Amino acid sequence: MCLCETKFLSIYFQVVIWRAVASIAWSVLLLPVTTAVFVLLSRFSLFHPIQWISDCTSLLTASSTIFSLVVLCGIMSLFVFPLVVPSIPCSRMALLGTVLHPRQCVHSLVYCTMGMLVMWCASVTIGGRYSTLGTPCRQSESGEVVTCLNEYHLFLLLAGAFMGYSHSFLGVVQNMYYVSFQPIQQYKYPRFKGCLPMVVKCSVIQALYSARNFAALYFFFGYVPKTWISSTLNLQIDSSLQPLDSLTGLLDFSLLYHLSISGAFLYLTWYLTVLLFRIYVTEAYSFPVQSTFTEDAEQCLPKVLAEKNTLFLALQDLALLSQHSLSRRLEVFNLSQPGGHPHNWNAISGECLCLLSELTQRLVAHQDAVASNGRVKSQSASSDTRSASSSSSGTEDIAETPRLSVPVLTAPFTPDVDSPFSSPAIRRLVGQQDPHSPWSGTVQSPHIMRRGPKLWSASTGEKCPVRLLGEKGSSRFSVIPLHGLETSVNSCSCHTLNCSAQVKSFLAKRVLIMYLFNKLPEASSQALFADSQAHIWALQGLSHLVAASFSEDQFGVVQTTLPNILSCLVVLLEAVDRHFKLPHASSKPVRTLCSMGDSTYKTLRFALRAALKTAIYKITTTFGEHLNAVNISTEHRKRLQQFLEFKE
Amino acid sequence: MCSLGVFPAPVTAAQTLFERNNELLSALHPGEHSQACDLPSPQFTRDTLKGHSRPESSSRSVFLDQRDTLWMRSAGAWRDAGLYGLLDEITNSAEEVPRFLAVGSACVLALLRWASSFHGSLFPHLTLSSDEMVAEFSQMLDWSDSALRSFAWHPHTDKFAVALLDDSIKIYKSNSSPTPTLKHRCQRSVCALQWKPLCGSALAVACQSCLLIWHVDPASLSTRPSSGCAQVLSHPGHSPITSIAWSPTGSLLVSASPVDTSMMVWDVAAESAVPLQRVGGGGVTYLSWSPDGSRLLAATPSALFRVWETRMWTCERWPCLKGSCQSACWSPDGGCLLLSMQGERVIYALTFSDLTGGPKAASVVADLSETTFPGPDGDLTVGGEVCSLSWDPRGERLAVLLKGDSQADNHPSVIAVFKTRSSPVFELLPCGFVMGEAGAEPRFMQFHPHFQHGALLTVCWSDGRISHVPFYFSSAGLLGGDSPQQALASNTTNPSSNKLYTEQIS
Repeated sequence: MCLCETKFLSIYFQVVIWRAVASIAWSVLLLPVTTAVFVLLSRFSLFHPIQWISDCTSLLTASSTIFSLVVLCGIMSLFVFPLVVPSIPCSRMALLGTVLHPRQCVHSLVYCTMGMLVMWCASVTIGGRYSTLGTPCRQSESGEVVTCLNEYHLFLLLAGAFMGYSHSFLGVVQNMYYVSFQPIQQYKYPRFKGCLPMVVKCSVIQALYSARNFAALYFFFGYVPKTWISSTLNLQIDSSLQPLDSLTGLLDFSLLYHLSISGAFLYLTWYLTVLLFRIYVTEAYSFPVQSTFTEDAEQCLPKVLAEKNTLFLALQDLALLSQHSLSRRLEVFNLSQPGGHPHNWNAISGECLCLLSELTQRLVAHQDAVASNGRVKSQSASSDTRSASSSSSGTEDIAETPRLSVPVLTAPFTPDVDSPFSSPAIRRLVGQQDPHSPWSGTVQSPHIMRRGPKLWSASTGEKCPVRLLGEKGSSRFSVIPLHGLETSVNSCSCHTLNCSAQVKSFLAKRVLIMYLFNKLPEASSQALFADSQAHIWALQGLSHLVAASFSEDQFGVVQTTLPNILSCLVVLLEAVDRHFKLPHASSKPVRTLCSMGDSTYKTLRFALRAALKTAIYKITTTFGEHLNAVNISTEHRKRLQQFLEFKE
Repeated sequence: MCSLGVFPAPVTAAQTLFERNNELLSALHPGEHSQACDLPSPQFTRDTLKGHSRPESSSRSVFLDQRDTLWMRSAGAWRDAGLYGLLDEITNSAEEVPRFLAVGSACVLALLRWASSFHGSLFPHLTLSSDEMVAEFSQMLDWSDSALRSFAWHPHTDKFAVALLDDSIKIYKSNSSPTPTLKHRCQRSVCALQWKPLCGSALAVACQSCLLIWHVDPASLSTRPSSGCAQVLSHPGHSPITSIAWSPTGSLLVSASPVDTSMMVWDVAAESAVPLQRVGGGGVTYLSWSPDGSRLLAATPSALFRVWETRMWTCERWPCLKGSCQSACWSPDGGCLLLSMQGERVIYALTFSDLTGGPKAASVVADLSETTFPGPDGDLTVGGEVCSLSWDPRGERLAVLLKGDSQADNHPSVIAVFKTRSSPVFELLPCGFVMGEAGAEPRFMQFHPHFQHGALLTVCWSDGRISHVPFYFSSAGLLGGDSPQQALASNTTNPSSNKLYTEQIS
């Protein structure tokens, strides 16, 4: 087992870490180019072009620039690891929590320092009045020469810190470290070339915004750092110069120009690193389907699919091989050499189906949570009478109560406190014990079926908590009632719950608290589908493999799993359809133009629905009438018939 | 090489009904009934459809002229027409602004105009207006004058969509269910339509300013789906869109605009686009995805086209000798590409195979220069430039829409139909001309994607009629799994006919 883990780690290391290193190396290599452009722009003078060019060339070869470059290179190698699954805060409070999280604070601090360092390098490179913090100046009354504070230098340094913080802050808010995969494959260089204008545009725009915000900030609070620095470093303030925290001081065109230019340079270095990392990390990696040597078996696709770290790369590879590579498809359909078992296909299809049914369960659980909310509200009048009768049955649900952590793949911040993600995990265990029963006959409503074994306890949902949710408060508050109801239901706990609910309804009337705790619309829906890129690939891979098996599968290995695959897809389709009937689920998010943050995760649910339908169509159009011979339940057959007639 | 000279003489007096026993039969023949298919063939006349009476953004003429302040006018000009408008406004109101500003803006404007005219002289199509550009690059012959703007069969069902002059789209099904009419605020100057493969409902519409994706629920009885059913996809600088192509798996949509050097690869559900930019050529006018999904043809307005491979999205450049690529179609297996160029009266073929790594040069497979056929009421000249090409899904019939000469009265646009044969060598054999009713010229054609008994060509005529011409033949078996044997068998059983044709051709 230990050996296996090291093997997995080695794959992970080879693929991801190596790519990270390569991308950082490239961004370091690009640094001289961006620096040269920056130097050219910062020294720009319209009327002395020859002097401008010669100045710049001499500056570029000067030792100070090379030293700054070395410092910058050191800065670049600091890096924060991006996410494949975005973190989606569901309420403003959760967002606040993320921003104020200690890890995030350290991150912001590091970025502030980096920003200051880069700005220091920039100010040294620009030279002139920006170059040093202290300048000699002549005191007005005595006439002696003392060291004064150079406010221009301080201004740029503080701007660097501000931009560093805003970069780190926006990185969280816009999910900048979320890496989305492109719908098409491209080589790295064309992709970089294609993205470069966008990155330059974004960094310029972001720098202009930051410059504006920083100028406003400095106008109001600039005297604080100025007096602090001058008192601690014992620097005089030159009274003959215009102070920068005044309107006339700030309206200095050359200062604002240099501020925006160096800001753009700062953002560009960071954005280029992010871009290069995205390009490198989303590149497809080709895993072998099966290996002739047993020691390489851990690196093969079926094994890699089961590993969480490499899941995304493996699924991407699966989707690609199912569409583009005949020889690798044949390997998937192949039988194992001694024994003649379709191990490859079984492992691959099993992993995909597992992933998809896990999504189904997640969706059903979410719908249950929302539905139970509604039901509880509607019956708020008749509560006390039933509580006694149901108290006995309440114990039966204990198995479901422990609120386990979120399923494997979801973001760490899967926000929705009220959706009990607990049950999927347990039901998954159950489902593995009995693979046939849970989903075979449940077309109409899987969540009824889920409760099938304990139907007699169905009344548990309608007892005590009823009054607790009288207010239209955030569904977050409903957690506690549900929770309490399932563990210990008696009149006492009901009473305490009532009290707490009163406190909460009191709180709920306070606008600020409501503002912070109210759930953002769509956010729970987005969070549910946060990792759906994996599901989309699984769907594409499965459907293309199944469709290809119609002509390529010599041994008929796919036929045995076809009923499972079809019913899994149909059940998932029903869950997805029902999810889209929930409020806010089908509303389209606003598209943001020109920001480095990737907002693809906001539309993943639509992509998943489209991919699911396409996958079913792919299978039905390929197999056509032959599907009638597949052993699936009548309800599923009805649904598939709709697909055969193109009525979906 | 096949030429029009070996074709059977066209029957001008009556409409061509169908092909049977290797013969195109027209309504003249007694005892022949109308088509066996029960597909709707609606007719639209220009009078019933009202186009836009006003061009875009000219509502100004309706209102009284009122003098605003310079600031207001400048802001309005900036909003309406961008930098050009602003400079124009400042130059025009020279008496209100400081002299240096007026002179400076006039200079900048002149400089910009000079630069853009230089750009325009490199790529002449950039000087066209948006509507003219659509008309120039549309696959519809005489697009601006036609009552029908575009047409598309659904790839899997008996359902087609027609875009009309009044910017609405109608969807017809084979049974007499309601025909939904699609209208949208952004749906202007529809240039192309395409249904999403592997989907029952999604229809992509290439409009003047954006790309619309309609989701028309096939089970719905509504005749006016709301504009909420449409997704609007737009990208700055990417309009007008003249061509769209869905990937055969339905996962990607590619759109092209003659003014944008990059074509957009859309992930429609996620509404995100990846631009694929190649500067040479000055734009992309026509896209065609090979049926196996492995290659994509992108034609540019210049004498250049590209063939992209869709795995890693690299392209190979194909410079042409004379004009730009006007139309193209792929063989059903994606191995052969037929092309027609502007200004040339031939069809070129490119054969792709994975073994040799692609073709080196295009070969001429058909000569379509003017040929005169004697007829009962005077001579009839056919032949000319190719407007569009269409290959039936079995790969047995190729329809070519030939532009006529609008000045000459005996030189109409016609559709020439070839039989195609891929083994032992790729060959085009004459089949016949598809003629319409007297006075009607073909404007657009498309093969039905899954006709049972052969091939079915749907033709949009200049009188606004849509008709279907079935070609009944027994397939040589290109589609089935046992194709080689069958093809071989048919070759060996009919040596005489093969020989006959080859003699005629040579």
